Amino acid sequence: MSVHWSRGLYDLIKQQGIRQVSLVPDAGHSALIRLCEADPDLRMVRLTTEEEGIALAVGAWLGGEKSVLLMQSSGVGNCINMLSMLSVCQVPLAILVTMRGDWAEFNPWQVPMGRATKNVLEEMGVLVNRADSEEDVVPLAEGTLRIAYNTLRPAALLIGQRILGAKTFEN
Amino acid sequence: MSGNQIPTQRLHRREVTKVLLADRGGLLVIAGLGAPAWDATDVGDHPLNFPLWGGMGGAAAIGLGLALAQPKRRVLVLTGDGEILMGLSSLATIGAARTANLSIVVLDNERYGETGMQETHTARGVDLAAAAKACGFLVTSMVTTMDQVAKLRADIHTAPGPLLAQIKVAPDKLPLVLPPRDGTHLKNRFREALLGEAAHMQR
Repeated sequence: MSVHWSRGLYDLIKQQGIRQVSLVPDAGHSALIRLCEADPDLRMVRLTTEEEGIALAVGAWLGGEKSVLLMQSSGVGNCINMLSMLSVCQVPLAILVTMRGDWAEFNPWQVPMGRATKNVLEEMGVLVNRADSEEDVVPLAEGTLRIAYNTLRPAALLIGQRILGAKTFEN
Repeated sequence: MSGNQIPTQRLHRREVTKVLLADRGGLLVIAGLGAPAWDATDVGDHPLNFPLWGGMGGAAAIGLGLALAQPKRRVLVLTGDGEILMGLSSLATIGAARTANLSIVVLDNERYGETGMQETHTARGVDLAAAAKACGFLVTSMVTTMDQVAKLRADIHTAPGPLLAQIKVAPDKLPLVLPPRDGTHLKNRFREALLGEAAHMQR
């Protein structure tokens, strides 16, 4: 594979004019995090817990900036009540979620939240796409970002664990 | 702990808020849910107020996102002790971000005022100003007099932050002064007041 999908996600973030990238790290996002950190035009906001990223997105949009939130699927559970604000206030936010508790998971404690991730997001009014092959990640992410920022609502892309576990990339 | 070393004569939250929001200029205000939102509205509903009706624990992080997006403006998060305790970890996030134009003022009545005045942890001495200092806030204070409130008002407009002030106020139950409750309206009027008509054309 010539270009890793993380590079495609970075390019989409730039094309959308996103300025704030907030995150709780996940191994699956590490290549994208490195690309974003190397870009002085992006403000990287390291969070202690994922719901801070939802609130941050509200503030960013009040101030005229788009943000994107990176997390692992376990973090979706931390966000539930805070997600209310995005729907009530029609604040756009794209959430890129790397899955755990999914394909070939080795840690039983990750499984309950992994199984609930999609339903939790949808119950809280977030549009959800899911990629299960590498070639789908960037096109589905493009759709996720566009529908979030063009229609003023939260949208998430779940990146399946089979993609993340298939190979380790070091950019 | 310093939270216990306070005068028996407590400040009144609406008098404090009136001083803090006087001559506000271009100040951008996030008001945490419950009493701080009613207090800010008591001074006067304002398009550059974003009063919260939910998202408990999120006020400080909203302020962070706004302060990062608007580095030339001053941002004030006016919130309560119960609200900030629910998102206490956001103090660490803000300390790490070192956001100079962000101030957080906690109107600390040591109570959950909307649910029956049950005690919060600050009633047992939890010192929010000390926690903020430990998280890297550059300006922190425990405020117990109106003279200190007047100085704080100036610092909110000029001091390099992040700033957190914990103001000990009386646990008064006051008449509700409600802001608009439609979140989309509050968001749109805030963005238009800040960004102009272009706010509605942002792509």
